[in-house]
Amino acid sequence: MSAPAAHHYTATGLDSRKIAIWAFIGSECMLFASLISTYLIYKGRSRVGPFPHETWVDPTSGHHFHAILNIPVTSASTFTLLMSSLFMVLALSAVQNKNVPKRTTSDRILGSSKLWLWATALAGSTFLGFQAFEFTSFVHEGLTIRTNLFGSSFFTLTGFHGAHVTAGVIWLLTLLSIDYRRGLGPNDALNVDIAALYWHFVDVVWIAIFTLVYLIK
Amino acid sequence: MTSTAVPTTAPSHAEPAYVGQKGVWSWLTTVDHKRIGTLYLYTALTFFLIGGLEAEMLRIQLQGPNRHFVSAELYNQLFTMHGTTMIFLAIMPLSAAFFNFLIPLQIGARDVAFPRLNAFSYWVYLFGGIFITLPILFQVAPNGGWFGYVPLTTRQFSAGINIDFWVIGLQILGISSLAAAFNFITTIINLRAPGMTLMRMPMFTWMAFVVQFLLVLAFPVITIALVFLLFDRFFGTNFYEINAGADPLLWQHLFWIFGHPEVYILILPAFGLVSEVLPTYSGKPLFGYPVMVYSGILIGVLGFGVWAHHMFAVGMGPIADSVFALSTMLIGIPTGVKIFNWMATMAQGSIRYTTSMKFGIALVALFTIGGISGVMHSSPPADLQQTDTYFIVAHFHYVLFGGSIMGIFAGIYHYFPKITGRLLNEKLGSWHFWINFVGMNLTFFPMHFSGMLGMPRRIYTYDAGQGWDTFNLMSSIGAYMLAVATLIFIYNFFTSRKRGEIAGPNPWHAGTLEWSIPSPPPEYNFAVLPTVTSRYPLWEGNETDMESARLNSQEGKSAEEMGIILPYNTIKPLIVALGLIIMFCGLITTRVLIFVGAATLVVSLYTWLLSPLEPEHH
Repeated sequence: MSAPAAHHYTATGLDSRKIAIWAFIGSECMLFASLISTYLIYKGRSRVGPFPHETWVDPTSGHHFHAILNIPVTSASTFTLLMSSLFMVLALSAVQNKNVPKRTTSDRILGSSKLWLWATALAGSTFLGFQAFEFTSFVHEGLTIRTNLFGSSFFTLTGFHGAHVTAGVIWLLTLLSIDYRRGLGPNDALNVDIAALYWHFVDVVWIAIFTLVYLIK
Repeated sequence: MTSTAVPTTAPSHAEPAYVGQKGVWSWLTTVDHKRIGTLYLYTALTFFLIGGLEAEMLRIQLQGPNRHFVSAELYNQLFTMHGTTMIFLAIMPLSAAFFNFLIPLQIGARDVAFPRLNAFSYWVYLFGGIFITLPILFQVAPNGGWFGYVPLTTRQFSAGINIDFWVIGLQILGISSLAAAFNFITTIINLRAPGMTLMRMPMFTWMAFVVQFLLVLAFPVITIALVFLLFDRFFGTNFYEINAGADPLLWQHLFWIFGHPEVYILILPAFGLVSEVLPTYSGKPLFGYPVMVYSGILIGVLGFGVWAHHMFAVGMGPIADSVFALSTMLIGIPTGVKIFNWMATMAQGSIRYTTSMKFGIALVALFTIGGISGVMHSSPPADLQQTDTYFIVAHFHYVLFGGSIMGIFAGIYHYFPKITGRLLNEKLGSWHFWINFVGMNLTFFPMHFSGMLGMPRRIYTYDAGQGWDTFNLMSSIGAYMLAVATLIFIYNFFTSRKRGEIAGPNPWHAGTLEWSIPSPPPEYNFAVLPTVTSRYPLWEGNETDMESARLNSQEGKSAEEMGIILPYNTIKPLIVALGLIIMFCGLITTRVLIFVGAATLVVSLYTWLLSPLEPEHH
């Protein structure tokens, strides 16, 4: 996260890294669009269960499978991830206003970049914990990535998203370590801003996934 | 058009010290866009020769009926690798060589926006290219066609390691293209010199700009298609498993949503190069500049809406067929606009028939032939007759060889003096052009007929007496002529590199910014950042343009002497790329390598990101 030389002239006045991250996000949109479309195309085409929203009885073994998606639990994890976006906004604001004098306790709380970066990273990790729980319970209930089309497309889609969240958490922890080493200040705001853009993007993708995969039957 | 005020007197030596450091280490650690462009050029030309050699072997095999120069299995590997090599390892990186070398020079910038990321793109391309090419030596090369249709490429029908090389190799190359695309988009948006508005940008930079968007939006789609195939092959998922209910067309849709924009990724840079070449040697500005820009953008946009014309034969139904037939015919309009504008650019010009110009004119003519046969099979009933025959092979070689390759050669003859400081020999160039031109038509024109007579693609041999023999013999003779032409080019390239005539800053009296600086350019490109007031600053610029051009054409001083800060050389991008390739190698060898590669990647990436790009500015 080396800061570029501030003297560089740019045609738009924007820092180049800001433009690059938008180009990257555009590319990521197509990545997730391909994954989500595949999931939707394959919805209802699986020959064997378990299924996401319907119960299924295995005709050979007579085993009874529940509808596998656990919407209450995933709603909780979705809420956690959405809250992390709020924490991220507060973290960025704290970094931008590092040099503004803090008078009250609430000023100091709102102005603590470490607190909000930790909160974001922890919320992200909690989401990942929920996902690990979800994945293991699905495997115990008999759905793996090899079971049927639903299993393949579901685990790949949500797994790709989980990998993106993981990368984001590592990114946040890196920013935190810099914050502990030398303190993040207004000069680093752009670095935090870029991490925030990525983080919000990953959240927005989850809103699409939660709606299309979990909520719509 | 008056000639330029820039002095064209030649310096006494071709590669003065101001160009930069010397030695192998300086090339491994370079972050200079010009040197990276040069690396791309040499590497891509090498792969072009390898792909050409593969094509020659195919033509030796098909020269007559019932020949056994290669086995059926090797033939499959050869045609797969010929396509894969030419598309991903030759034409795209040759375009990337020009992107690297020219974009910063044409927009008046010191370098690209992210010099180290740029080096990373090159090293990933090099390693990925080696990864996907080496297996042919052991006859375990990919053998499922460059389009890799499933279910043929699933583990069930392609059990060997061949397809693994292809799946993983293309993933690696995709990373390289995407990283480069983010870099160039940012460069073009953000590093344009003062006054270099979008509508003053040289046409090559414009077409490069469109191509970067195509890359950014098309490559993730094939990434996912390949991830599915990788998972199916390695982890037993069901994406392409028909028995599990999978849609047999999923791969085809995903592949061609990428694959058709890819066609424009291959041709638009050549269009851009020719749009620099034709005005220069006609002594006239490009005709209808804004329309050329808009038609380029329109081609890019429509390019995402025509993919299923590759799939008429699978039976998508009359509505889908009609929609894609219409959108395909529609895309002929902006392409036709370009052809007419090039002709109008040449009309009434004082044309100089240099080798570059000949290649440029050849593009206009040959691409038109390929375009017209393309419009023919945009009609589904016609396509059903032509699909999977040599007619299609004829068509796309007219657009890719007649278009992309001719355009790239036009660019090489045009820009070789800027890159090396010396001119390519025009006499040898003329031989190269004419043998190439005749050979190209002799190879591919008869394929229209062998295709119409029903000769299918991708067969390793055929029986006599089907009317194909003569046409195939003609095609093979043409292919041998192309080999001769290429040998002349290689000889010309290396002798001119050493002993060619000294070029000077602007040997062709061209009008754009890159010709205002010495050849080869100093490591800092522009001594003073130019201010731009017109599309052709050296032709129609005002006094400000002329003054900055005059200052920039002077040479001799190194960056240090000029007090210009340049980025540090660094080996880190190479190490990161190496980590990446080791990681992917682990997938097909031993799992330990995955961890070794990942560790190398993470550690070197962190040291890269935490080290400064350039010395502190005071």
